[in-house]
Amino acid sequence: MATEKRVVFRSAWLPWVLMAPQVAVIGVFFFWPAWETLLQSLQQQDAFGTSTEWVGLENFRALFADPSYGASFKTTAVFSVLVALFGLAISLLLAVMADRVVKGALAYKTLLIWPYAVAPAVAGVLWLFMFAPSIGVVSYALRRAGFEWNHLLNGNHAMALIVMAAVWKQISYNFLFFLAGLQSIPKSLLEAAAIDGAKPWRRFWTIVFPLLSPTTFFLLVINMVYAFFDTFGIIDAATEGGPGKETSVLVYKVYYDGFKALDLGGSAAQSVVLMVIVVGLTVLQFRFVEKKVNY
Amino acid sequence: MVEHRRWLTLLSHAVLIIGVLCVALPVYITFIASTHTAQAIVQVPMPLLPGAEFWNNYGAVLSGTGHGPGSSAPVGKMMWVSLVSALVISGGKIAISLLSAFAIVYFRFPLRMFFFWAVFVTLMLPVEVRIFPTYKVVADLHLLNSYAGLTIPLIASATATFLFRQFFMTVPDELVEAARVDGAGAMRFFTDILVPLSSTSIAALFVIQFIYGWNQYLWPLLVTTNEDMYPVVIGIKRMISGGDAAQQWNLVMATAMLAMLPPALVVMLMQKWFVKGLVDTEK
Repeated sequence: MATEKRVVFRSAWLPWVLMAPQVAVIGVFFFWPAWETLLQSLQQQDAFGTSTEWVGLENFRALFADPSYGASFKTTAVFSVLVALFGLAISLLLAVMADRVVKGALAYKTLLIWPYAVAPAVAGVLWLFMFAPSIGVVSYALRRAGFEWNHLLNGNHAMALIVMAAVWKQISYNFLFFLAGLQSIPKSLLEAAAIDGAKPWRRFWTIVFPLLSPTTFFLLVINMVYAFFDTFGIIDAATEGGPGKETSVLVYKVYYDGFKALDLGGSAAQSVVLMVIVVGLTVLQFRFVEKKVNY
Repeated sequence: MVEHRRWLTLLSHAVLIIGVLCVALPVYITFIASTHTAQAIVQVPMPLLPGAEFWNNYGAVLSGTGHGPGSSAPVGKMMWVSLVSALVISGGKIAISLLSAFAIVYFRFPLRMFFFWAVFVTLMLPVEVRIFPTYKVVADLHLLNSYAGLTIPLIASATATFLFRQFFMTVPDELVEAARVDGAGAMRFFTDILVPLSSTSIAALFVIQFIYGWNQYLWPLLVTTNEDMYPVVIGIKRMISGGDAAQQWNLVMATAMLAMLPPALVVMLMQKWFVKGLVDTEK
């Protein structure tokens, strides 16, 4: 496809007018604040904004020397790996099953995709309610089974809670992409393998799974981005980063340090680190998209 | 499929049904809780069949007459705030992206590619990485607690601009020439030919962006401090900020049901556009 139009309109002012709204919004609300973030990360300001001084990379040095930041990195890593792993595994299983059935395929699809529409914060509240230590239905069932659930005291329970809520919300998305990937695998390959005597289990691992790998990799990146940036609502509603700081992922920490603890320099430095992570993930995503075209 | 194995088909159905039930369970519990009195829910275990308080609870939250330890602002008003914000965000994103994609594809002007890349880079600047300064800009413009503050900072859209640009590139040049021969100017071509041709992409984008707008959390949490301007998602969070057992959980859960309903309906009713939107916006 050509990247330039052969026929264009001519006007000295119209294109500027057309671009103006988009440029105004990204200039005022994206680039200016991003620039300010960069500046702030090199400054130290008191909580009332009355004095500011340049401190170079001091904020970053303090940040990486702070054990709680390292802990937050580790929490984020554990959280996103668990979300991606369970999210992909469960939705792949469901997609493979949905790809097999003929009857009711559309009904299953409809009933599986709607959690995408649920706001992260609402998902957090729903799961919080089921697992509330004193009144939750599931925590009651667990107690009857001899398992004492309390995510207000136990960090692992809190982590499990937010992972479940995050996976629940993301299954629909992964499911749709896996299903589309499965449906694009040529049936003739599977038939040939079946004639050669390969059983369904073997066909899945030797043909279907390798051919799905571009989809899987793409979803892996998307799920990482999701776990990093789109789960703030779940965490804020379900655990508020607690108990202690056990579920305080990077994005939650930026918010908390900036708005609750009013450490602007530190929060800005964390934002800059996050910016580097987003750039990395975006580059990964786009390099992959280019490759996907010729598989 | 390749061959028929009865037990495998049965297994598929079984797995899918278990999947559907697991996915539906949290919402079922929520719905049950929203039909009981607060006392009935704090009984352990809570009832698992619908109660008789449906109208009372939903009436109470919509009009804001329930009394909990947290916020008890009328949810009807919050739903309205959410609806207006979601519509302005999705409409705004589509409008400004259509315009800028039109400019980038159909005109030649200085800095054209610079603007294109500037829009692209915004993909890498989610609210989280510029959180405090963005808040400060909005505060300095006196946009806190206003619809403008809730929506305008969110209406830039790199994905929508890309999508429209890609689509415009596939529109045959002959259409432009024909329009010119008939004496139509650039804007006439845009409104009478280009926008109607893009209606499929617009519908798909609308579904995705409506959900995006309705489900916003971090941004409204920062810019709304006034109960009057809470979107419903924030309202729920404010309701539970009191504690655990002291909550009016029946009312919280009724609010949660109301908050989920509009975007879930949009997804189910516009399923075809929703799937297209998801797939297109990730390209």
